[in-house]
Amino acid sequence: MNVRSNAINPLHTVIEVRHIHTRFGAAVVHEDVSLTVNKGEVFAIAGGNGSGKSVLMREMILLQRPTAGDIEVFGKDVRTMSEAEVAALRRRCGVLFQYGALFSSLTVTENVAVPLREHTNLSRRLIEEIALLKIASTGFPMASVTKYPSELSGGMRRRAALARAMALDPELLYLDEPTSGLDPISAAGFDELIQQLREWFRLTIVIITHDLDSLWRIADRVAVLGNGKVLGIGSMSELSGSKNPLIHEYFYGPRGRAAKEQAWNQR
Amino acid sequence: MNGAERTSAQTHYKAARISFTPDGTLHCEGAWRLDYLAELERQIDLLPEIFAGPINCDARAIDTMDTGGAWLLRRTLNELQRRGCSVSLNGLSAEFATLMQTVARGWLQIEQLQPSPHYGWLARMGQFACASGVNLLKALSFVGETASAFCSLLTRSNQIRWRVLLYNLHVDGLNALPIIGLLSFLMGIVIAYQGSEQLKTFGANIFIVDLVGISLLREIAPLLTAILVAGRSGSAYTAQIGAMAVTEELDALRSLGISPISLLVIPRALALVIALPLLTVFANIVGVFGGMLIALSQLGVTFTEFLNRFEYAIVLRHYLVGIGKTPVFAAIIALVGCYQGFQVFGGVDSVGRRTTLSVVQAIFLVIVTDAFFSILFSWWRV
Repeated sequence: MNVRSNAINPLHTVIEVRHIHTRFGAAVVHEDVSLTVNKGEVFAIAGGNGSGKSVLMREMILLQRPTAGDIEVFGKDVRTMSEAEVAALRRRCGVLFQYGALFSSLTVTENVAVPLREHTNLSRRLIEEIALLKIASTGFPMASVTKYPSELSGGMRRRAALARAMALDPELLYLDEPTSGLDPISAAGFDELIQQLREWFRLTIVIITHDLDSLWRIADRVAVLGNGKVLGIGSMSELSGSKNPLIHEYFYGPRGRAAKEQAWNQR
Repeated sequence: MNGAERTSAQTHYKAARISFTPDGTLHCEGAWRLDYLAELERQIDLLPEIFAGPINCDARAIDTMDTGGAWLLRRTLNELQRRGCSVSLNGLSAEFATLMQTVARGWLQIEQLQPSPHYGWLARMGQFACASGVNLLKALSFVGETASAFCSLLTRSNQIRWRVLLYNLHVDGLNALPIIGLLSFLMGIVIAYQGSEQLKTFGANIFIVDLVGISLLREIAPLLTAILVAGRSGSAYTAQIGAMAVTEELDALRSLGISPISLLVIPRALALVIALPLLTVFANIVGVFGGMLIALSQLGVTFTEFLNRFEYAIVLRHYLVGIGKTPVFAAIIALVGCYQGFQVFGGVDSVGRRTTLSVVQAIFLVIVTDAFFSILFSWWRV
């Protein structure tokens, strides 16, 4: 897919980040970060701990403001949005937080039903059915839908949280380190699930991860952040040929090599 | 690309509609999206009862569809099939057909879902009684555990955590002075004021001293202080320990070989047992002072007269009875607060629930104990 030609067409650009600067007091997180997310792709943001990945995501989902620079989501500048536009935007986006952030006083079904109850006027029956449907489509074990988050394992919690993020059929899904803390089998299963959901629901996915296996398996394009800048953007095979020493280290450290070999073997 | 049009949700779709024509055709049209589903579901309920025969579902006019819409269509068709109709779905665009397949897979899983068992009132009552019994045993075992930890500390006093103890004395004792002072001052004023109205009519002005002194020293000041401390420190104990339970800090302590009881409970309980009597003394002084002010302004009893009478009328035992109760109150508040903190399980909402419980139970137990003391003292005639 020729990415550059698509970037011109506003219909195909979902998120446009232009020259973002972010500072917390004296600490500089972003220094001129720019990137574009196209419709229908799985766009990964990678980088070491503290490279500002999560902050960038928080800025995209309007939980935080950059110090300077523009962010456009669905062609609208998030800094000048009216309250109604923000509400409309939030309805079109789903967010999976790193630790799930499920409401601990609600069961799994109730958690997934929260956005439906808040944003639609559907009947109680239909809300429950749609919530269950979302839960089923994330591969969450259906026998546990009446459990509370504290009774679930990490992997189940992640799936339940994903179901909640998907509740309103978002067009854009943000995943913050979806596979961190999962065992390799669960992590691979989660990658597969993300692929599947993307096909079923035609999602655009922004995923923050440092899981190299995930990057090889599901990301169409990857932006590597480091030193407050975008070190490189491209497909994994493009990036792995990068001359940038930081990117090189990222992909060719002992773990990076193993992940690459595995990815090649699987093809 | 079909998806591109779907994304630009600004283009307004026609509302979803469904209608049935007698030739056996079910016409579906418009946007089968979440915003329109509530109305659509009502239309489906209003469809004529169809019980047999072939039905042709014409989905050509469906502009767009999301999971909710696909579910509703699937549900409607399945319902017709269940009633014995043979249903065929025609004209649905390929994009939405995949969605329908996804939904159909989910349908199978949801169908197998067992409804959660419903318990009758007898079973629920039994569960409640059982849980109450277990809770009582748990609380008892906690008290026992704390007592045994305390006893073992008595022999090895070098293991008492002095820093934690002093910190808690500061936070729960010293920092509570302003609020307790203010409230007991007001309490003294209120009692004296109410009393002065009555005493004036009898000309028994000087007895304001007895009234204010005995009621404050014996009952009001200890109780007021204990209730305030329960609200202030007992709740804090529950929230602190509960938050530590949620973040697994208690488990970390245990795994490091540090007993949470000796680190968290004993210093807090000791601090409160020391602080509460002192706070009560302070409340006594400030409360009586408030009473003196009213006695002067309303009844013309000067400070000297008041204090002379005070020395004569208020026997030491009133003071001792009041103060003597407070270490028991303190132990109750600290133990309930810490116990509820340890009972936090699971998520953050549990912290909130336990904190409420801790304050309610502590105040309840303090008042019950106070009543118990009253009976005891009246037997002993003190």
